[in-house]
Parts: sequence; structure tokens; C-alpha cells
Amino acid sequence: MNRRTLLLAGAGGLAAPALVRAQGTGPIRIGLLAPLTGVVASGGREIVEGFQMYWESVGKRAGGREVETTVEDDASNPDTALQKARRLVEQANVHFLFGNLLANTGLAVANYVRNTGTPYFIPVIAADDLTQRSRIPNVVRVAGYSASQFSRPMADWAFKQGWRRVATVSQDYTFGHEQCGGFTQKFTELGGRVTQQFWHPLNTADFSPYLGQLANAGVDAVFAMETGADATRLIQQYNSFGLKRRIPLMGSMNATDQSVIRTMGTEAEGVVSVAHFAEGSTNPATQAFVAEYEKRHQKLPSLYGFSHYSGALWVAEALKKVEGRAEDRDALLKAVRETELAGSPLGETVRLDGYGNPVYTAYVRRVERNARGQLWNVPIATYPNVDQFWSYEAEAYMRQPSYSRSFQGVR
Amino acid sequence: MTAAASAAAGVLALALLPFALSAFHVGVATEILIFALLAMSIDVLAGFAGRTPLCHGAIFGTSTYVVILSAHAIPLPLAMLAGIGAAGLLALLFGVIAVRTSGVYFLLLTLALGLIVWGVCLRWTAVTGGENGVRGDLRQGWLADARALYWLVLAAGTVLAAAMWRLVRSPFGLTLRGIKDSPTRMQALGHDVARHLLLAFVASGLFAGAAGALYALYNDFVSPTTVALPQSVEGLLMAIAGGVGTLFGALAGAALLIGLELFVSAWTERWPTVLGLTAILLMIVAPEGLVGKAGAIMGSRRSTGGIR
Repeated sequence: MNRRTLLLAGAGGLAAPALVRAQGTGPIRIGLLAPLTGVVASGGREIVEGFQMYWESVGKRAGGREVETTVEDDASNPDTALQKARRLVEQANVHFLFGNLLANTGLAVANYVRNTGTPYFIPVIAADDLTQRSRIPNVVRVAGYSASQFSRPMADWAFKQGWRRVATVSQDYTFGHEQCGGFTQKFTELGGRVTQQFWHPLNTADFSPYLGQLANAGVDAVFAMETGADATRLIQQYNSFGLKRRIPLMGSMNATDQSVIRTMGTEAEGVVSVAHFAEGSTNPATQAFVAEYEKRHQKLPSLYGFSHYSGALWVAEALKKVEGRAEDRDALLKAVRETELAGSPLGETVRLDGYGNPVYTAYVRRVERNARGQLWNVPIATYPNVDQFWSYEAEAYMRQPSYSRSFQGVR
Repeated sequence: MTAAASAAAGVLALALLPFALSAFHVGVATEILIFALLAMSIDVLAGFAGRTPLCHGAIFGTSTYVVILSAHAIPLPLAMLAGIGAAGLLALLFGVIAVRTSGVYFLLLTLALGLIVWGVCLRWTAVTGGENGVRGDLRQGWLADARALYWLVLAAGTVLAAAMWRLVRSPFGLTLRGIKDSPTRMQALGHDVARHLLLAFVASGLFAGAAGALYALYNDFVSPTTVALPQSVEGLLMAIAGGVGTLFGALAGAALLIGLELFVSAWTERWPTVLGLTAILLMIVAPEGLVGKAGAIMGSRRSTGGIR
């Protein structure tokens, strides 16, 4: 063999794995990015639990092929998330990416996959504009929600309670700005008034400066947009300041999520929020899922676990349609977009709107104790067909600026 | 082998590296080079002027922000110059405030200044996108190729590193060392200590800004974490791990920390623990850093050889 044929043989050897891959043999490789360290590590672990629970329940197979998941820690940091996404795509050769929790980690990865074309599914990245003003064709919010989606029905419900003056208190970052924006715009348009908006830094230990002002604000109710430990502290301190008896408290869906209330006591009871998932629903599909989740993980499912379980289910359905050809990105993305998910724990059929965001029945939920004394969210009212624009016309809505501290939808 | 020849051999070896690595590892090597530049810019102050700054992550990240934001309006090379210019201006401002202090006061003052930048990036949502950051669109055309970007960063890095080397060896650099050893004596000898430190601060800021501009190309995304305190600390740790006052030790420090984080995190989610333990171990076994320790070992061998 002379040098040239040796080189050719080498080139053939290099090309061969690519050919095999194109034919679609071997396992479907999924890259799951989750914050296992850093500020939102507990939520990150529930992402992995929910995601793995689905795949284990179906024997780790989809569309006739084995499914292999590689989990990477994004460290709650966008730069790390980006580095890990590169590793999953360029080194582990995953067919698609899943996950992330914090909006900034998701946006960083979304910007990266825009160039590689890798499908990226984001069940808990809620940043409005990823399915609105700056959409990326290969980024789909399967089983997720956009930030302002459920705070609009919350505003409508609040108005129906006869409340006309409401104050908001929120973590000062985009997720908070967007949720409060949805609430404020809707509530104002209905004829109510958002009299004050308090924005506090993430990880606020002491809410007394805000609670003191809320006590004298003369409002009918308070809307609190909080996640994680901030949610726990706000609800506790709201109670110990004696405000809970005087002014009804509404929360964002995250404020009364299982990840927050499972360690709390009476102070959380009675807080109202709106979401597409309510673990205290009497729907048999929901109850079956909640029971199974509790059996496996000894706790009630949070939104993180639920969303990634459903997200995995969603993509598995699409994989079935394309007969497991995860290599064919366009076909897979098309199948995902067209899937109408019937068997999800929500017990209703869920589909995506034309912009890649799901449409749900929204539940107004109240924190109550179940028969075993656990706190959970029980539906008390429903709003059918809530999509990310709800009562607005999509294109007209997107001509208004994104929600921010300075723009809350009120002109 | 002379120093110039060994440096040339080193650069050549680095230039050939992409042929032995996958596209992903070429990306990691690019990141190492960029952070080595940041660590070197910190070493110019910490190792040669005796002033340890904790704001260089903020200066670095400011440049990244400016490049990504201005590239929407002006051509990329101009945007990168704008980024470096912004970093230089910021360093001038910080320098004016900080150079008259030293020791722990300098450390705390620069830390506070860096936090202001972080706060601005977090709160000035209309421009910086707040917590969500800004998505760039820089990796177009030939820049999309991992190897091409690596070579670009290597070429720029070689020029910048040579410039820093020249700077610390120049009469100006020797004056800085004099200030490090005894500011009062240098003052008595008639040197304007504050002005020398200010110039060193601005030069160091420009180099950090150049690294930040390259990072904009590499990352194509910027958020407040890029200007946050951990970024400054990481840069300083890389300089310390490589060896403060060795300048090129920064490359070893960056390779150690980035490599370790990447490979350990693939095995265990307890990787921050491993990283922390490594830092402690390094401080106990080789407080003078990897390159500093290696130099000391070779130096003592040479000297014992001489005695025999």
C-alpha cells in the first residue's frame, strides 16, 4: 500500500461512522442540560428525575430504538451551559438537546443551536420572546409555558373577585418582569389598577421594607412573583407580618410550586395561583402521575419534574411518528410541532400554537392540605384554551415592546 | 535554546494542536487561550506592580458587551476595537480611583468597582437585556469554523502576550517592579508612583478588553455572569495557579482550571468540591504556582549541579 491509498483508506474509515449515523442505527442520543449545582440546583435535580422517570417507564425506547440520555450540569450559569451544550453536540453527538432551568442559560444555548441546527426542547425556559419576537425554528417549548401566559387569567380572576387595587411584589429579573407585565396589562385593561410594583433583588432575606409599605398601601390584594427560597421567605414573612389575614395573596405559578410548599406549613395555605398543572386535581390522569411520582421519589411532583416528564413524552410521541429517525431533524421538528399530546398527566389533549408554545386549560389553584396532611395546589376555577397571547391578536401583540421594569403593558 | 526560540516552538506547537483535536476540544483550547490572556493581564498588575485587582472580569466583560451590542450596527473589526476602547476607558476610570491605594484596600476597592459594572448590566435592561443577556450574531462565515477561530485567537494572543512580555521587561516595567518592592523608595528616587500605576492599570485593562473582545467571538452571547465577581476571581485564580509574576504561567493556570472543570464535571456533580480541593492543594504544595514551582525545581537542580 503506498501513501496515497493509505490516506484514502483513512478517509474511508473516517467517513464510515457518518454513513452509519445517517441510516439511523444505534441508540437515539439525548443531551439533558440541568443545573445540578448553583443557585437552582434543587430544581435541576427534579428536572432529571422527571425526565428519567418517563424514559424508565417505557423501557428507554422510542420509535423502535433505544434511547440514551447524557446529563450535563449547567451550574446555573449561561457560560457553563453553553460549554456543556457544545460538548453534547460536538463530542457526544446527541441528536437533540433538552432542558435548562434559568432563562439566561436557555437563551445562551438557544443562540448556539441556532447556528448548529440541533433541535432544542425547553419545557421550563419561559422567556416570552423565545416563542414570540425572536423565535428560532429549531427551539420548541414542548410541555412548557411562556412567562406571561398564566398571569393574565390570574388578573381576570382577581378582577372577578371584585378586587380593583392590586400591588405586585416580584424578583427583579426578566422572568418577574414578564409575569408581572402579563398581570398588570390585563388587570389594567379590565379596569383595575396596579397601584405599586416592588422589585427586589434575587435572594432577598428580609422582606420587611416591602411588607411595611404593602400593609399601608390600601390594596385589595397582592400578586407575588417569586421562585425558590425567595417564595418561601415571602410567604412566611407575609404571614408573620399579619398581612395574610388582611390582604389576600396571589402568587405566580412558581411561588406555590411543590418545590416551595412541600417544606412549608399553615402560612402557605390559601395562597392562590394559576397554572396548567395542579397536583391536587381530581383528574385521574393527573392523580395516576402524582401517585407514581411519589412512589418513585417520595415527594409530590414539582413543575420542573412534571414538565420534563411531559416533555419527554411529547418528543417520544413525535419519534414514534418518524419511526425513530432522530437524525432527520426537519422531520422530527415537524412531527413535534404537529403532535397533539393526548396521554399527558394533564388528562387533556395539548397542542402547540403556531409559534411553538403549548395551549392549555389554565387552573386557578389554591394551596390546601390533602387527606395525608401534605400541602398541594387544588383547582378552584378553570380557563380553557389559554395560549401565550390569550385575548390578544398575536401579530398585533408582538408589535408592543417586551415586558420590562419600565414597560408593564400600560401606556 | 534561547527564550525566543522556545517561545516560537511553543506557538508552533499550539498552532498544530487543532490537527490532533476534535472540534469540541478545539473550542475548549480557544477558551483556554482567551482566559490565559485575561489571567496575564491580571498578572501584569498583580505580579509586576504588586496590586491585585478584583475587577478585571468586569473590564473583560464590558468589552464583550460592547462588541456584541455594537456589532449590530458597525463592522465586526470596528466593534472589537470599540470593545477594547471601552475596556481602556473603564480601566482609566477605575485606575484614577484605585491606584492611590494598595494591599487589601486596593483589592476591596476594585472588587466594589467591578460590582458596579455587574449591577449596571443587570439593571439596565433596555440595553443589556438584564439577566437574560444579549445574543450575538458574530459567528458568521469563516468564523463559524472552530479551527479558524482558534488560529485567529492564537495569532492575536501571541501578539498580545509578546506585547505584555515587552511591557514588563521595559524600563517602565522595571519601575513597576521597583514600586512593587518599595513605593516609598521609588517616590524618593523621583518616580511618579501613581502615574506609573495608572498607566499599568490602563494597559492591563486594554489587554483584558482584548481578551473580552475575543470572548465575544467565541461565546457569541453575553450576560451579567460574564462581568460578575466569579469571573474576576477565576481570572486571578488562573494567574495564581500558573504563578504570579511569571506572565506565561497564566496559560498553564487557565489550562488547569478550565480542563479540570470540564473533565471532572463529566464524572461527578461534586466537581466544585474537586476544584476547591485542587486549589487548596496547589496553595500548600506550590504556592508559587505551576510554572513558578517548575522554575524553582529547575533552578535548584541547576544550582546543585553547579556545586558538584
